[in-house]
Amino acid sequence: MGKFIKLKKGFTINLAGKPAPKVVELEQPETFVIKPTDFHGIYMPKPVVKEGDSVKAGSALFHDKKHEEIIFTSPVSGEVVEIKRGEKRKLLEIKILADKKVDFEPFQKFSVSDIANLPAADIKSQILRSGLWPSFVQRPFGVVADPGLIPKSIHISAFDTHPLAPDYSILFKGQDHAFQVGVDIIRKLTSGTVHVNTHASSELSTVFSQVKGADVNKFSGPHPSSCVGVQIHHLDPINKGDIVWTIGPSAVIQIGKLFTQGIYDSSKIIAVSGSEVKNPQYYKTHTGASVKKFLNDNLTNEHVRVISGNPLTGTSIGKDGHLGYFDQQISVLPEGDYYEFIGWITPGARKLSFHRALGLFSFLSPGKERVVDTNTHGEPRAFVQSGIFEQVTPMDILPTHLLKSILAEDIDEMEALGIYEVIEEDLALCEFVDVSKHKVQEILREGLDLVQNS
Amino acid sequence: MKFLRNQLDKVKHNFEKGQKWEKYYYAYEALDTFMFAPNTTNDVKGAQIRDAIDLKRLMMTVIIAMLPCLLFGVWNVGHQHFLAIGQASATLGDKLWIGAIQVVPIIIISYGVGLGIEFIFATLRRHPVNEGFLVTGMLIPLVMPPDIPLWQVGVATAFAVIIGKEAFGGTGMNVVNIALTARAFLYFAYPTDISGNVWTYLGDGQVVAGYSGATPLSIAADAATTGTNVLTSLNSFGSVWHEGVYTFSNLFMGLRPGSIGETSTLMCLIGAFVLVASGAGSWKIIVSVFSGAYAMGLLLNLIGGNAFMEMPAYYHLVIGGLAFGAVFMATDPVTASQTERGKWIYGLLIGLFTVLIRVFNPAYPEGIMLAILLMNVFAPLIDYFVVSANKKRRLQRATV
Repeated sequence: MGKFIKLKKGFTINLAGKPAPKVVELEQPETFVIKPTDFHGIYMPKPVVKEGDSVKAGSALFHDKKHEEIIFTSPVSGEVVEIKRGEKRKLLEIKILADKKVDFEPFQKFSVSDIANLPAADIKSQILRSGLWPSFVQRPFGVVADPGLIPKSIHISAFDTHPLAPDYSILFKGQDHAFQVGVDIIRKLTSGTVHVNTHASSELSTVFSQVKGADVNKFSGPHPSSCVGVQIHHLDPINKGDIVWTIGPSAVIQIGKLFTQGIYDSSKIIAVSGSEVKNPQYYKTHTGASVKKFLNDNLTNEHVRVISGNPLTGTSIGKDGHLGYFDQQISVLPEGDYYEFIGWITPGARKLSFHRALGLFSFLSPGKERVVDTNTHGEPRAFVQSGIFEQVTPMDILPTHLLKSILAEDIDEMEALGIYEVIEEDLALCEFVDVSKHKVQEILREGLDLVQNS
Repeated sequence: MKFLRNQLDKVKHNFEKGQKWEKYYYAYEALDTFMFAPNTTNDVKGAQIRDAIDLKRLMMTVIIAMLPCLLFGVWNVGHQHFLAIGQASATLGDKLWIGAIQVVPIIIISYGVGLGIEFIFATLRRHPVNEGFLVTGMLIPLVMPPDIPLWQVGVATAFAVIIGKEAFGGTGMNVVNIALTARAFLYFAYPTDISGNVWTYLGDGQVVAGYSGATPLSIAADAATTGTNVLTSLNSFGSVWHEGVYTFSNLFMGLRPGSIGETSTLMCLIGAFVLVASGAGSWKIIVSVFSGAYAMGLLLNLIGGNAFMEMPAYYHLVIGGLAFGAVFMATDPVTASQTERGKWIYGLLIGLFTVLIRVFNPAYPEGIMLAILLMNVFAPLIDYFVVSANKKRRLQRATV
């Protein structure tokens, strides 16, 4: 008994280099990395391993000093080769040199009928020990969920409208059973409903459409309709004092396997995409993998930016970087560090724009895939209220007013304007379309930190 | 272009922090980014790609939208000049030439003074030179009478930029529309030069017998006092020296004296089309200003009372500067209402007030300027209520 929600506002960025529907299995990368910086709301990550220790898939690597029960575990088995720290000895990453074959830390196995009778406390402790707990993201603020709380609902966004995003029917093919078990388990962690939010127009993979024990909702419309924050806004909005959790389908599947097979299986399929990739396609790997092998002999040129995640919300990691914890795609775009003679006025349909201003003709051919580089296409300027943010935000939220209240550090105003309902990805499109080139996501995170720590 | 880039790169380091011309960095930046779109790339975290739009392009779009008004204005200055001296058959070239001689210096003064002040402030206050003045610098000449002394253009521009904008913190922080501030400044500081028979450039020419430079607005205002029908006055106006000067179609086309760019409703509508199609101007504001004025005109028709009040409501849309104000002044994103719902209210009230001021305050025959300035001041209040409503919806949801 899900809902059908039609969204109109937004903009789907149509980039060249979408992954072909083909899953390739290469020899596994040598190193894997877990970065505490991928998570919000952990205060003092403290390593529990030393360089040279050997670990199994599911062995603890570090925990948060404030919440020692929340541990972060190794995605593969191997040897801890580097514990990288930054300023003030802040933990940046822990690198594992992987074994040829993954050796798993054993966890308790359950039959499907056992799972039905498992109390929530046991479920929590098993998920916590496996290191899968940080997959639960808590709203407001988009932080690692607090195991001591009970959310009013749990939301799973089962499609992705980000640029160059992977197709979930390829990512999760054949995982029906594990997903169903996962949903059965996480159902017990909420006082309300588990929402599985799917896209209305795309062919539904049975993984999501057949799921029982959850509300399967349908969304239509352009990006950001796949952003879980937008979905929550329309299904079960977050008010002051409310707690809602979100989790990705891959983590739900991993939780399913954790209980049925007794292992932390971090294997996932990722999309390697972008205009600078020779063969954009899918690869089988594990969380935190080094991206080097996927890009070897696979780039059209050397002057590129490698992004873990999608081009709207991702992080530039370099050609030797590692996949972020939550990311399921690598995007490779041309680096845009060039000058363009009177580039602010040259006309053309080549440049992608949501606007239809003088000389920008891309709106005439919305179906055309475009190559977009990382140039800022302009300089930072004062806010110009052209109403454009509102056109890409399918929520009853006034983004400009919210952002201004953050710049003014006015916490009451931020609350009143709905900061609890959004995190970076929900407003990432505003950053893309902004005439004045503000760092919208960065500003929003500053506001979230401010409210959270007040 | 490589040569130019190399030259810029050669001097660039001098403007960077700690270097000898550090003070002038933003002046340099303005020039550099004007010549070349910068080579900056997006941050490591966050959006890795950006829309191809920037503020310069957005502002250029608005300038393009103003071009029909400008070109028509240049021609019309010449046209009105030759009408007044009884040579209505002058060639197109002659008319454009006379117009250009009058208009181009005003544009040069407006941009020169305004950009000069912008650069000085950018240097002193260390902020980027904002492209907003590209539009303002064109708007100011378009709302000036063709006969305006050039020094007054300079003084008005300086006043508007310094007091209207920089005093509030620069572009984006101003409360009232800058171009209208310039116009209002002249209106109150040098009333004799911006009222009465200043709307036609006469030059050394001898006017034809019976000539009058009265504008339709002043004719309508006079009609109210004398009690003659406005339409009859308009239609019979100028019959001594040139037949049918102020027919409705002429007024719609803009064949009348007035500020350089404001006369033609048709050209303003073309501009409106460009603004709306490109998304640079809000169609809600444009539509609501016209509807507000029309509604007020209808209401006054119903009440009746004097000849001006009885003037058909649609005439309000083609006389005076209503169309120009609605399309180019009211839509200024900085001073207009910033919420979508607020834009309707803001525009409607501008339209209402314009007609109110026109009809009931004959001392100020043009109402749109004052109406927009007034609503600029009230726009934040409108937004306040719209934003409060948004907050209230959120609060109400919490209790349900």
